[in-house]
Amino acid sequence: MGFKRKDLLGTRGLSATEIKTLLESAESFKEIAERPLKKVPALRGKTVINLFFEPSTRTRTSFEIAAKRLSADAVNMSALTSSVVKGESLVDTVDNIQAMAPDIIVVRHKFVGAAHLIAGRIGASVVNAGDGANEHPTQALLDLLTISEHKKLEPGLIVAIIGDIAHSRVARSNIWALTTLGVTVRVCAPPPMLPRGLEELTGVRVCQRPEEALEGADVVMMLRIQLERQDRLLFPSVRDYARIFGLNRQRMELARSDAIVMHPGPMNRGVEITSEVADGERAVILNQVSNGVALRMAVLFLLGGQVHE
Amino acid sequence: MSQMNENSICDSQEVSRILTRIAAEIVDRNKGCQKLALVGILTRGVCLARRLQGIIRETSGQELSLGVLDITLYRDDLSHATHHPVLRKTEIPFSLDGATVVLVDDVLYTGRTVRAAMDGLIDFGRPQSIQLAVLVDRGCRELPISADYIGVEVPASPQDRVMVRVEESDGFDLVTVTPRSFFQGE
Repeated sequence: MGFKRKDLLGTRGLSATEIKTLLESAESFKEIAERPLKKVPALRGKTVINLFFEPSTRTRTSFEIAAKRLSADAVNMSALTSSVVKGESLVDTVDNIQAMAPDIIVVRHKFVGAAHLIAGRIGASVVNAGDGANEHPTQALLDLLTISEHKKLEPGLIVAIIGDIAHSRVARSNIWALTTLGVTVRVCAPPPMLPRGLEELTGVRVCQRPEEALEGADVVMMLRIQLERQDRLLFPSVRDYARIFGLNRQRMELARSDAIVMHPGPMNRGVEITSEVADGERAVILNQVSNGVALRMAVLFLLGGQVHE
Repeated sequence: MSQMNENSICDSQEVSRILTRIAAEIVDRNKGCQKLALVGILTRGVCLARRLQGIIRETSGQELSLGVLDITLYRDDLSHATHHPVLRKTEIPFSLDGATVVLVDDVLYTGRTVRAAMDGLIDFGRPQSIQLAVLVDRGCRELPISADYIGVEVPASPQDRVMVRVEESDGFDLVTVTPRSFFQGE
């Protein structure tokens, strides 16, 4: 029982019990958002530093709100305003932050393993808020929390993940967490957006066509197409992508009638998902955002509320 | 652990007698009060609050609101806790503004739980007043807190173990004290 780690660096390697502890705690934190006074004193006197080397609005804001609702002092550092632009190395930046005695550091960095590197260097707890295409554990956990509001997370549940799997840390973290719970995961993407060896490594099923992935699915998770990567010719054109892989009402009919639609945001409306589906009654995209705050409160509380020997 | 070293203070009959008396005292003291509510502190306080609600419904026909309070986030020993505390869900499905709230817990000891509970309640609104009902008062307060309704007073030293079991979570009602000498002999 419980979650006794110093850091949350990924969902890979988390046990089913750890995942369930995080989700159950998050469930209890949801209620705080409905209070007139949205603040509890649990992390009073703790310092949380949001260290973002990549632009982010939603995740950073979500972590900041979570920290503040727990009464922690939240400080934001973005690469745009930090010494990084003056040429400081990651290790020097981290050593300087450590010298200010924070309790928790939330890190986003474009390089895989950045959070691991930092976690190994300092005594503070580290939360990985995205490292390159590797992991984004809190996004996956908030996705699981959202799924659990509608479906039972157990063997037999079918989750279809469609989009740029290869460059998606959201997809990776979801695949690790869902497969740990025994959930069936199907992925579908244009071939250049599929990492090699995915089936062998994780046990997911790779589908050639989105129709195949959607057939009888309980949960449909659409990924953002990174239009900024368009120059790398991963797919012929945005229009073709939308036509072949985009989620529209007709395709959605292949999934179970009570299937839910998810998207980690920000959405490209009309590309990977039509507005009709994104705003439809089966979409739980804004629930994901609300649950993000509760989930991150649970993570900060479980990491920051204990003494690490 | 052998049950032989536990001294039984109240059996289930005694516990229901006590709850009936406390229910009567709550009704009596708050006559004419428009917004009277019970809030149980998780876990056993909630069971006791629910029973008080039932007794008051039967005896006086009054339907009191019932709330559930988890004090984990308000504890003053979070970073000292040796085991990681489990967070459970607080549910206060009514407005506390202007209400008279009776906090219910199983054992009153240092007073720190009650302090945390009062902080928690005040985050939900501004009650007219807060009263405290406990099944057992075992003394040894570390904060200036006292109960308004007390089931039984059991003077015990900090080394003694006072345990309340309730049917809902333990299968039967029983209040016991295991004296210090038992632990010293271990």
